[in-house]
Amino acid sequence: MQAYVPIIALAALAAGFAVFSIVAGALSGPKRYNRAKLESYECGIEPTPQAVGGGRFPVKYYLTAMLFIIFDIEIIFLYPWAVRFDSLGVFGLVEMVLFILTVFVAYAYVWRRGGLEWD
Amino acid sequence: MTALTRQVTEIQSPTIEYGLLAPMLVVFGAAVLGVLVEAFLPRRVRYPVQVVLSLGALAVALGMVVTLADRVEVAAEGSVAIDGPTLFIQGTVLALSLLSVLLFAERRVDPGGDAFASAASSLPGSEDERTLTAQRVQQTEVYPLVMFSIGGMLLFPASNDLLTMFVALEVLSFPLYLLCGMARRRRLLSQEAAVKYFLLGSFSSAFFIYGVALLYGYAGSVRLSDIDRAVSEQVGSEGLLLAGVALLTVGLLFKIAAVPFHAWTPDVYQGAPTPVTGFMAACTKIAAFGALLRVLYVGLGGLRLDWQPLLWAIAILTMVVGAVVALTQSDVKRMLAYSSIAHAGFVLTGMVVVEPAGISSVLFYLAAYGFATVGAFAVVSLVRDAGGEATHLSRWAGLAKRSPLVAGVFTLFLLAFAGIPLTSGFVGKLVVFLAAWQGGAWPLVLVAVLASAVAAFFYVRVIVLMYFSEPAPEGPTVAVPSPLTAAAIGLGALVTVGLGVAPAPLLTLAEQAAVFVR
Repeated sequence: MQAYVPIIALAALAAGFAVFSIVAGALSGPKRYNRAKLESYECGIEPTPQAVGGGRFPVKYYLTAMLFIIFDIEIIFLYPWAVRFDSLGVFGLVEMVLFILTVFVAYAYVWRRGGLEWD
Repeated sequence: MTALTRQVTEIQSPTIEYGLLAPMLVVFGAAVLGVLVEAFLPRRVRYPVQVVLSLGALAVALGMVVTLADRVEVAAEGSVAIDGPTLFIQGTVLALSLLSVLLFAERRVDPGGDAFASAASSLPGSEDERTLTAQRVQQTEVYPLVMFSIGGMLLFPASNDLLTMFVALEVLSFPLYLLCGMARRRRLLSQEAAVKYFLLGSFSSAFFIYGVALLYGYAGSVRLSDIDRAVSEQVGSEGLLLAGVALLTVGLLFKIAAVPFHAWTPDVYQGAPTPVTGFMAACTKIAAFGALLRVLYVGLGGLRLDWQPLLWAIAILTMVVGAVVALTQSDVKRMLAYSSIAHAGFVLTGMVVVEPAGISSVLFYLAAYGFATVGAFAVVSLVRDAGGEATHLSRWAGLAKRSPLVAGVFTLFLLAFAGIPLTSGFVGKLVVFLAAWQGGAWPLVLVAVLASAVAAFFYVRVIVLMYFSEPAPEGPTVAVPSPLTAAAIGLGALVTVGLGVAPAPLLTLAEQAAVFVR
């Protein structure tokens, strides 16, 4: 339990700072509302209520993000294997090759179907 | 750091019994190959290649399951159990998957091609969709998807620890969510079904994994045999155990569509493409019953005094709600969905008695029910009008005058569902009720017989509608299927009659299979 005291202290400090900032801002800040101030993003660009063309929007970002996550997860499995490469031996190598091959099958599919093209 | 590395010597590599896992490996391998086919072969050859690949792999896997018969072993470091119930259920699922893939491959019934959308991602009713349909573009992604799902269904009843079971559950579910949303006709209904199934399915998976976590907290292991030992030694807090069991069974009961976890069934069965509905109603349910059997009998057998009363209540609710609500349905697919709920209740009746007779009766019932179900949904896909399948019951009036053969086969499947003698359904109900009666669950049997009578009423109502009503002037036509659907319906009808007339061989097989490895 002793080992967790610094972590708990840090968590309490972070939570305390977040609460303090919001409360202090709400209490001490000036309150002069106008139309621009009330918009979602106060950056000069008006948010569009609906995407152009009847509610459709490009799924490119979503696809890229999803592909990134697959790479990400793959790396998570590769790290511990690489660290313990010697002790895992041939079995570990074969299993890792099988795993990477299976993931690459999915990538080959995405690539052939044009999932990697931006336009 | 270097000192640490030297300390850890060779990590013992696990032993994998590839021979015992071969059926699953073949199916998964075919699924991965199917993805490569989609990626690298030109569009016009994909369809024949995918159909031959899928059917071939399923046949090979079925042959392997047959050669494995009588093996009672634990494989892959204890995470997979290959025993009687596993092999019986794997064989049944593979045989029914063969019939289902035949239905998936049907391209003659619908003027647009097969039962699946030209591009499932195109907006329904959009210009994009019209162009693709006009070009008669056909997708073949359904074959690798269904193969992944079948692979999960083979692993699900074989899982000997709860983590493997969870992975199998997800592998079988994800492709199904997609397949549900791919119908060619009534696409909004189909997409609605997919979203509903996905949302509720993720909830049930969350329940399942929460239950697994609590049981791990109780027993210190996810292995079913370890949980069994922990239960008999009464280690740990009982609250953790009971909460874990409850959450785990909720996840499993969702997949078999037992009341009160059945609400998704009618909507999803109605919206999904009909071949997918048949596949889900037969194979998913059978695989999930296999997993439920293993969890309750192997892992939680020592706790049966706690879960038996609950299962009694759920069985009664499932039978009564399924049979009574089916009475009010006016859509064939929804009616068959409620009928499948009622059947889940009948199977649960056989399961509450923790005895080999209970296991074997459940196994037999599942096989009998599965063949009749795939056959019935195949018939539904044949009765069509301009808008696709004519699923409203009023459209089926006088069908016998238009196509005596199709009406006759559908009557056979309905009689099997109702449990009329000389069909597989009668023998199935008989063995299940007998096992429950001998196990002392006579009140349950009484309710089951009453529910069967109610269910028989709505099955017979459809038969009367088909034979003794005048056909509507511009009623639906009965499409002439290709040999693929004809073979699926024919085999379904053959097994349904065969198991009704000569059930002995399969009953013996089910009795021999009723031993779990621990």
